[in-house]
Amino acid sequence: MDGTLGLLGRGGGGGSSGSSTNESTVSKVEIVEQDFVGMPSEASSYPEEAELELGLGLSLGGGGGAAAVKAKASTWGERGRILTAKDFPSVVSHGGSAPSRLSDRATAGALGAVSGTKRAAESVSQEGGSPTGASQVVGWPPIRAYRMNSLVNQAKSQRAEEDKMIGEQDKSKDASKKKIYTKTDITPKEKGHLGFVKVNMDGVPIGRKVDLNAHSCYSSLAQMLEDMFFRSTSTAKSTGGEKEQVKSSKLLDGSSEFVLTYEDKDGDWMLVGDVPWGMFLGSVKRLRIMRTSEANGLGI
Amino acid sequence: MDPKGKGSPDASGLARVGSTFPDEVMQIVLALLNSHRDRSSVSLVCKNWYDAERFSRTHVFIGNCYSVSPEIVTRRFPNIRKVTLKGKPRFADFNLVPPNWGADIRSWLLVFAARNLCLEELRLKRMTVSDESLKFLSLSFPNFKALSLLHCDGFSTDGLAAIATHCMNLAELDIQENDINDKSGSWLSCFPENFSSLEVLNFANLRNEVNFEALDRLVSRCKSLKVLKVNKNISAEQLKRLLVHAPQLTELGTGTFLQDLTSCQYSELESAFNKCKNLKTLSGLSEVTALHLTPLYPACTNLIFLNLSYSALKDVQLAKLLVRCPCLRRLWVLETVGDKGLEAVGSNCPMLEDLRVFPADTFEDIAHGVTESGFVSVSYGCPRLRYVLYFCQQMTNAAVATIVHNCPNFTHFRLCIMNPCQPDYQTNEPMDKAFCAVVKTCAKLQRLAVSGLLTDVTFESIGRYAKSLKTLSVAFAGSSDWGMQCVLGGCPKLRKLEIRDCPFGNAALLSGFKKYDSLRSLWMSDCKVTMNGCRLLAKERPWLNVEVMKEEGSNESRANKVYVYRSVAGPRRDAPPFVLTL
Repeated sequence: MDGTLGLLGRGGGGGSSGSSTNESTVSKVEIVEQDFVGMPSEASSYPEEAELELGLGLSLGGGGGAAAVKAKASTWGERGRILTAKDFPSVVSHGGSAPSRLSDRATAGALGAVSGTKRAAESVSQEGGSPTGASQVVGWPPIRAYRMNSLVNQAKSQRAEEDKMIGEQDKSKDASKKKIYTKTDITPKEKGHLGFVKVNMDGVPIGRKVDLNAHSCYSSLAQMLEDMFFRSTSTAKSTGGEKEQVKSSKLLDGSSEFVLTYEDKDGDWMLVGDVPWGMFLGSVKRLRIMRTSEANGLGI
Repeated sequence: MDPKGKGSPDASGLARVGSTFPDEVMQIVLALLNSHRDRSSVSLVCKNWYDAERFSRTHVFIGNCYSVSPEIVTRRFPNIRKVTLKGKPRFADFNLVPPNWGADIRSWLLVFAARNLCLEELRLKRMTVSDESLKFLSLSFPNFKALSLLHCDGFSTDGLAAIATHCMNLAELDIQENDINDKSGSWLSCFPENFSSLEVLNFANLRNEVNFEALDRLVSRCKSLKVLKVNKNISAEQLKRLLVHAPQLTELGTGTFLQDLTSCQYSELESAFNKCKNLKTLSGLSEVTALHLTPLYPACTNLIFLNLSYSALKDVQLAKLLVRCPCLRRLWVLETVGDKGLEAVGSNCPMLEDLRVFPADTFEDIAHGVTESGFVSVSYGCPRLRYVLYFCQQMTNAAVATIVHNCPNFTHFRLCIMNPCQPDYQTNEPMDKAFCAVVKTCAKLQRLAVSGLLTDVTFESIGRYAKSLKTLSVAFAGSSDWGMQCVLGGCPKLRKLEIRDCPFGNAALLSGFKKYDSLRSLWMSDCKVTMNGCRLLAKERPWLNVEVMKEEGSNESRANKVYVYRSVAGPRRDAPPFVLTL
C-alpha cells in the first residue's frame, strides 16, 4: 500500500495483493481499481445508498428506505458531513463514471485521487495483511440493505440490552461476570458494558478502545486520545503502519492536523464537542481521528 | 411436444384425436397439470387445447411484470385465482435502480377487480405496493387467502392492518424482507377475535412490537397454523407460550434469545421445543448467546432447513447445534462462524444440499469471515451440495477446482469474492480457472454468479460449456466485448443476464440482438454502452423494450443503466421521467 491509506494505491490499491504482477491484465486491473480504491477499510458490506455508502460506508441502521436516506442527506448538510458521493457527481459509480473509469488511463489517476478522498471517511486501514475492504462502490458487495440494517440493529439492541442489564444489577458484584459474558458474546462491535468505544485513527492500522465512562468531559477524553495516538514512544502500540509525526496538539480546537469525530447512533459522523457531554455519551458509537483535510464539511 | 401427464407418446396423434376429445375430459386432465412449462406446451398443440388450457388455468406466474399487461393476462386466463408477479430488476435490491421506477401492483389489482377475478393468492417480489393497494385488495376479493410480499416496498403497517381487518379467509400472511414503513405493531390486533383460518404468519420483517396477548390468542385459535415467524421483539419466554399453543408448527422463526432465563424458564422452553416434533424449518435466532441454544436441541431432529443468517453465531455454537440436526439439507449462516464453523458443517451435514454464507455487518479491525478453506471443507463433507451462495474475503482457483470436483452437482453457484477484481491470492492469477472448472464440471448448472479478477477467458468457457445456464450475474469482470459476445453466442438456455461495471460496449450489446428474444431480461449498468448502441438495438428489435435510466449530471451519450426485456405489452405506459424507452 502507499504511504497514504492506500487510497490512491495503484499497484496495491483495490485490495488485490498482487495485481501488479499479472502481466496480461495489469493495465485493466489498475484502471478498474482506481475507482474503488480505498479498500483498506474493513470488509463491510454496506448498504448502497450513494450518499451514505460512498461517503461513510455505514449502514443506515434503522429501516432505511430511500426516503429516509434522503431526509438524512439534507440534515447532514446542516450539521456538516463527510464528503460523500454527491460531492463528486461525475466520478461516483452510481452516476456512472464509466467513461473515464474504464477507458482512459490518463484520467484514471486523477479519478483515483478523487475517489480516494470521497472514501476517506471509511478508510480505516486493516492491520497489515490482505486489505479486505469490499469497496464502497454502490451496491457492492451485493447484499440487500434490509439484511445490513437488521444486523446493525441487532448490534445496537444488544448493546442497549446490556446497558439495561448493567443498570439493573449490582455493578461491582457482577462486573467480572459480565465482562466474561461480553467477551464470549457475539458481536464485539457494540460499546460494551463499561462504555468502551473503539477509536481508529487515519493512517494507523490498529484501533484502540477507550472507556468513555472514565471521562466526564471532552478535554479529558481528548487528552487521553492524544496520549494514546500521538505519543507513540510512551504507548505500547506495536504497529508498523504509517505512523505520523504529529506535534502534540489539541484535537478539539482545530489546530491539529487531525480532528476528532464520532459516529452517532443514527450512523452519522459528527465533530466531537458540539453537543453536551451527556448527550454525546448517549449517542456515540465509535470514534475516529480523522485528517483535517478529509474532514471538510464538518464545520472546521 | 409431449404434454406430460397425458400418458401418450405421440403428440401429433393426439392432435388428430384432440378435435373429438370431450372438453370435460380435457378439463379434468388439465386440472392435474401444475407446471407452467407443461401448460405452455399444452397450449401450443392446437386451438382446442389452447382454449381448454386457458380456461382451466388457475395459477399464473409472471417473471417480469412489464412483459405482459394485466388486460392481456386476464383476457387469456379468466379463471385464475393465484398470481405470482416479479417486478424490478434484481439489482434494485442493491440500490442500482432509482426509487419510483415502477412495478406497481395497483394497475394489476384494478384490472383483476374489474374482470371479477376470484383472486385467492397474490405473491409479489420486488414490486411497489401501496397501502391503498393493500386496502383495495382486502376489500375487492372476498375469497382472498394468501398474501406473500418479498423484497417489496411502498407500504406501511397500515396496509397490513387493512389485510388483517378485511380478509376473512386469510390463510397466509408472509411479509419478508421488505422496505416497509413500520409505524406500529397494532396491525396484528386487527385480526378479528373469531378469525382462525391462519396457516402461515411471517412478520419477522417488522420491528415494532405487536400486542403479545393478541398474538397469543391468535396462535391459540388458529389450529391449522403451520408456519410462524415472529419478530425480534418476541422474547424467549413469550416464544415458549406460543409454542405451547402451537406444537404442530412445521416452520418456526424465533425472536431473540438474548436475555438470561431462569433455570425454570429454561427447562420450560426446552420442553416446549420438545413437543414440536414436526419442525422442519427454524430461523430467526437473532441475538443469541451460547447458553441459550440448548433449548432448541429437542426440536432439531427433523430439521431440514436452518436459517441462521441473522444470527451471529460462532463456530462452537454452530457445531453444537449441527450435531443435533442429522437431516439438515439447507443451511444459511453468517460468516461469523468462520472456516472452523464450516468444518463443522462438513463433518455433520452429509445430506446438505444448500449452503449460504452471508457477510456480517462488521466494523471489526481484525480479519474475519470465511476463506476458501471453509468452502473446501464443506465440499469434502457434503457431496450432495447443489446450491451455494458464498461471500468470502479470498479465494483460489485450486480451491474452486477441488470444490466442484467434490460436488459436481451444482445447479446454483454464486461466489462473491468481496473485493472487486481480486485475483487468486496465492498465485495472483485471475480467477478464470476457477469458473472454467465450474462450468466444465457442473453440467446441471442453472445459475452462476462470478466475481474476482476475470478475463474474457472465463466468458469463453461459460459460453462454451454452460449448456444449462439460465441466470448469469457478472460484476467487475471481463476484458473486452468478446467476453459478453461469447456468452450471448453460447449458453442456449440463458434467460437472465445481469451485468454491472464491465468493459462491455455496443459491439457486445448488439451481438446478441437475436438472443434477447429468448431472454427474460438483460441488465447492463456502468458498462461502456452508449445511447446510440441502445437506439440501434431498439431499431433492430422493435418488439423488445430497450430502457435506459438517465441520471442527473451524467454524460449524455452514455447509457449508464440499460434494461432490455421482451414484452407483448409494448413500451411501458407508466415509465417515470428518468426511464427512456428507445
